Formats: sequence, C-alpha cells, structure tokens
Amino acid sequence: MRFAVENNQIIPSLLLETSQETKPISQIDPLPHIPLQPSFSFNHELQRYLSGKQLLLEEIPFPLKQIQEHYQNGFLVYRKALIQNGRQYECLRCGTNDPRWFSAFPCARCGENCVYCRQCLMMGRVSSCTALISWVGPLPEIEESEKDQELLQWIGTLSAGQQHASNSVVHAIRRRTELLVWAVCGAGKTEVLFKGIEQSLDQGGRVCIATPRTDVVLELTPRIKAVFPDIEVASLYGGSEDRHKYSRLTITTTHQLLRCYQAFDTVIVDEVDAFPYSVDSSLQYAVQQARKPGSTMIYLTATPSSTWQRECRQGKREFVTIPARYHRKPLPVPKFVWCGNWGKKLANKALPDHFVQWVKRRIEKNKQALIFAPKIASMELILPLLRTYHPKVEAVHAEDPLRKEKVNSMRNKEILILLTTTILERGVTFPNIDVAVLGAEDTIFTESALVQIAGRAGRSAQFPKGDVSFFHYGKTEAMVLAQKQIVSMNKEGYKKGLLDE
Amino acid sequence: MKIFSDEYCLICHGIRTPVISWTGLLLRTEEQLVCEECQNKFKILSGERCGICSRVLEGEYRDEKLCYDCIRWEQDSTWSGTLTQNKSLYEYNDFLKEVIAKFKYRGDYALVRAFTSRIKEELTFMSFDALTPIPLSQERLYERGFNQAEALITEAGFRPTHLLTRIHTEKQSKKSRSDRIHLPQVFQLDGESEFCLEEKTILIVDDIYTTGSTLRHAAKVLLEHGAKSVSSFTLAR
Repeated sequence: MRFAVENNQIIPSLLLETSQETKPISQIDPLPHIPLQPSFSFNHELQRYLSGKQLLLEEIPFPLKQIQEHYQNGFLVYRKALIQNGRQYECLRCGTNDPRWFSAFPCARCGENCVYCRQCLMMGRVSSCTALISWVGPLPEIEESEKDQELLQWIGTLSAGQQHASNSVVHAIRRRTELLVWAVCGAGKTEVLFKGIEQSLDQGGRVCIATPRTDVVLELTPRIKAVFPDIEVASLYGGSEDRHKYSRLTITTTHQLLRCYQAFDTVIVDEVDAFPYSVDSSLQYAVQQARKPGSTMIYLTATPSSTWQRECRQGKREFVTIPARYHRKPLPVPKFVWCGNWGKKLANKALPDHFVQWVKRRIEKNKQALIFAPKIASMELILPLLRTYHPKVEAVHAEDPLRKEKVNSMRNKEILILLTTTILERGVTFPNIDVAVLGAEDTIFTESALVQIAGRAGRSAQFPKGDVSFFHYGKTEAMVLAQKQIVSMNKEGYKKGLLDE
Repeated sequence: MKIFSDEYCLICHGIRTPVISWTGLLLRTEEQLVCEECQNKFKILSGERCGICSRVLEGEYRDEKLCYDCIRWEQDSTWSGTLTQNKSLYEYNDFLKEVIAKFKYRGDYALVRAFTSRIKEELTFMSFDALTPIPLSQERLYERGFNQAEALITEAGFRPTHLLTRIHTEKQSKKSRSDRIHLPQVFQLDGESEFCLEEKTILIVDDIYTTGSTLRHAAKVLLEHGAKSVSSFTLAR
C-alpha cells in the first residue's frame, strides 16, 4: 500500500480523498512518531487483538478507518516490514537478509516493482509496501478474577536436582536475566518451570513457552492448564483456534512468534537445539522479536550445541544442570559396536552379524526395541530383513501417514521392534525399551541426536535400565562426544548425591 | 559473477546440484531453477487428447475425438463453438495444485519462473492477434497483488492486451460444476481498451482449465464484440 505524509503523520492511500503524493512505506524516512493521546477512547477489542503482535493489515478484522484513528492518537504504529540497506534487503518480520530469499513482482497495491520475502511467505506476504501493525497503547489489564490468586495449583514434589534448577529459574526471572537449564533426558524439566512461571505472572508479566515442535505444544498445553487452572492459556500453532487470544500465559511454536512483537516478559524456549529452530535463523529472530526489552529468557535442553557447552565451561553463559533423572538411576551409557561396511551388506540383502545377534536377544527376551537408521532408503532395506526374524517389526519416518498409529501401537506393545529415522529421537517415551543405531557414523547422527537417542532408554522408574548400542563402520567424534556427555552427567549426578549407588 | 548462483531449488528451496553442461552454462535456461526431483513431479500432458479442451482421453469418458464435457458444451446452442481450442501444459496433479496455490493465493510470484521457458516455447508456435489474461476484479487484484494469468504472459516475454474486466463475485474455486456453468456473465469488455476485435484471433490465458466455464464466458464476450475466433492457453488441465 502507498501512504501520504501529511501533518507529521502517514495516511494510507485508500483513505485519501484528494490526490496527493504517496510512497510505499519503505520509502518514507523517517516514519513520523505520534505521541499517545491519553484522552482518546480506544477500542478494547482492538487492544486485545493487537497487543504484543505485529500483523499485516489483512490480518486485522477492523475497519481501516478505525485502525488509522488509533494510529493518529498514538495507540498503534505502522512499521516497515521490508527495508533496503544499500543493495541488501531485510525482512523485519523474520529477520532474513540472504538475497536468495528475495524476489520482486509488479505490485497492484503500490504500482511498483515490489520486493517481497519468500522465507516467511506462508505467514502472509511481506513486501516493500507492506506495513506491520503493532499496538503501542496501554496493555490490557489483568482481570479482577485473576488478581491476588494462588495461581499455581500443583501438589507434586521436585527431586533435589529439579529443586535446584527451579530455584535458579525463579531467580533469573526476578533479576530478568538469561538462563540455560541443561537437564538430561527424563529429568522432568517441565515441573522445573512451574514456580518461575508463577513468579513472572505474580510480577504482572506475560509468559511464553515456545518450542520448535507442534507436538510438544500439544503435549504441554494440558499439563500447563492443569497446574494453572484459573488463568486463560493460549495454545498457538499453525491453524490453532487461540491465534487471536490475548492471554497471560502462551504456549506456542517458535514459528507463530513471527506474529509477535515485544509481547513477553518471560520467554522460555524448550528444546532450543531441536530442528528447525537450531538451523533456521528466522525462528531465532522471531523469539528475540517477541521479547519485551529487559525480559527474562530461559532456554531448556538436554543437548546444548557445542558452542553453548563451551560458553558454559568458560563461564560466559549462565546455566544450571539437572544431571540426573528424577528416578535417581544413571543414564544408560551407549556401547559402540563395530559392524563393518553394513551398507554394502545391506545391498546384498544381509545384516551385520553383531547387529543380528543384538536383535535376536531382544526377540528372545521379548523386549521392545527402537532401532534408528540414517535414511529412509536404508530403513526400507532393513525392514524386510528384520521381518524374517520376527513378524512384529514396523518402520516409521517423517512423512509416514501412519506415523501416529505406529507410535501408538508401539506404546500398546503391539510392535516389538520399531525401525525409525531421527524423527523419534526426542519427545516420545516408551517405558521399557532397548535402543540401537545402525550406521551411527552417519553425519545425521550429531552429538545431540545421539544423546537424545540414548535418552530414550530407561526412562521409567519401574524400568530404569536399558541397553543402548551404536553399531558403526568407524567411530565418529559425535559418537565419542555423546558418550562423554552422558558419562560426565552421571558422574556429576553421583557427586551431587542425585543418584542412588 | 558466480556461474552457478541459484543453487537452491525455486520450488522446494533444497540445495540443487547443478547439471553442468555447455548449454546450461551459455543459455542458463529456466529448467535449471528447479531441482530434478521437483521437475519430475510435473506431468506434461501427452497421449491422445480431446480435440477441444486437451483433456487426456481415456476409457469411456469420450466419444471419438471429444471428451464428454466438451460434447455437452457443444450440444448447448448457447455455447457451441465458443471456444475453438484449449491448449494446456501440465496435468493438474497434487503437486501442481500446491505450486499454483502458493503462486496465486500465497502470492509467491517468483514461482512463475518454473514455467516461463515452456510457456514461451508453446506460445511461439501458436498464432493469435492478441494475448489476453483472464482478469481479476479490482478487489481481488488488490488482495492478491498481481494477476496470475498476466504473470504467465509477461514473464514468458509476451505483452498482454487487456480486453476484459470482471465483476466482483464469490470465489470460483468454491463452486460446483453446475454452479459454474449456469453462472451469470461476470466479464465485460474493458471500456478502456483501444484494441479493435473485428476479425481478430484471440488467445485467452489462465492458470487452470477446470470446467472450461470461465474461459467460455470470457470467450463469449469477445465473440459478441466481433472477434473471429477465441482459443485458450492454460498452465494446468
């Protein structure tokens, strides 16, 4: 859209009655600042709709005239969505500036050759003539019914390791700083957040739990709602109904944060190292955009990147560890088993001997097992071979339409051996399983992937043990580092008295 | 200058291994913008096809050289002979459906480049006095930011002639076949056009041929205003 500049304010061309000079918003420099007119009686619905957001005009179901009135009275702002720095473009919604994500089209809205961002296109197209609209007026007030309440309704107890981490989280929120919670798989990290969330809410803050994965949002939402029963919790993911709900506690995919702007006093990012957050800088940008200035940032993970691990060791990053599982038994340490050129064997329709022996032992003991393979293609070769030993073998991968069903049958013990790609490396819990990786040397098995994979075993208090074997054709650094990380967490756990002898 | 820029697929954004060849180096054809995997998902229409609408003829859904839908159009005196012929490039399969949806509804204009070289090839061999895109209403054009049919023409290096305008109605894609055939006329001759239709052969361009209703309604207006014959060209059928 084009805007005219008049009396130190900008006016959308659609609202102009006379013809005058107009420009795409990206070409107006600087954008005028309008002070807040406190006497203006603003629309409370618009306030709840727009607070903490950055939306495109077409995403706001209020008349343009009304939107403009709020702008003229300093209650909302139009911001540039895409700017040019020299020869480089930058999308201010998703932070992208790599030239390969930009393209141009003859735009019917501004009549110019308009540059747009292809990176965040699925959230509605952002181009040179697009305005991002945000609320800058007073924020919605806390409902009377939610004031001075005991918000946290949880009767469980924390393990010593959890308690220590929980205290650190509360402390970080009080001081509005950044903290990494490095908790082993199965430590019970969600419970560690409860007190901190309550603390932030008590301070009048808005809290957000963000995670790269939709299934984690779906799993967390009922758990969080159960312990904070008196406040409204918004659950955001692609296509969710809560998209326009204004709430004090939000659980969201990192992707949906692209629509948020300076919204939260506390942001908790769960599984910081998970795909696609770890590789997609636009999602990392989205998290930063969603924070209020001076807000608290809590990162949760079982497997921080090597950069973060180094920063922790060098004292450059505030962190707290939970080195032991809540059931006080050590993490199963992966064994390395060399199995020769398994790929070549597979091509000849055979499996490496050591691997076959491992599988046979599970079948004899009737113990469920999860087996990871590097690629769908290799999985498809392994599946028929394993079925010659036992009929209840299934395979699952990311695009499998029966993914959910197969995971459920595994839970119900209708499957003995489930073959999978790295998609099941995290998030899923089967109580009593052994774990193997065939082809652990593949580059897809990073240090963090392997730690997560090993973390699938021995999770329940009833069955705290499990065998973890990495079958490989040449040890990799990732394998060694993963094993080292697990061993050192166990050591720390013993030292701190968090593990039973 | 980087010889192998565009190392990401235009459609799936995956890293594309460039096929190194002299023609590729010298001509830098558009095929190279799309990775092989995506390119293979496009199905070029081939084999025996309906003499009017280019549907692939199969089984019982035909009578000699025409498909049943076109026979029904031709038996209707209002519509008989309205559309001389339709030419389409690709089968409207799930993949193309996804790509077109992203192109026109999400507004990813750059995707047009996946098709331009083939469109150019086809149009070069067709004879017409003017190429006209199926128009969008003013409201829809503003909403989308561009007209997808016009993009197919201009990006292939041709010049569109705007002959028609469209009255704003509910979205076509939400209607059934019968709704679409018994539609009131939504097109009008563009009052601002200075093009003389008398004795002219016109080629209408659109993204998809679904029932052929849109194209026939547009063709009818052109014929009523003196055009000699009207054919059409679409990306998908």
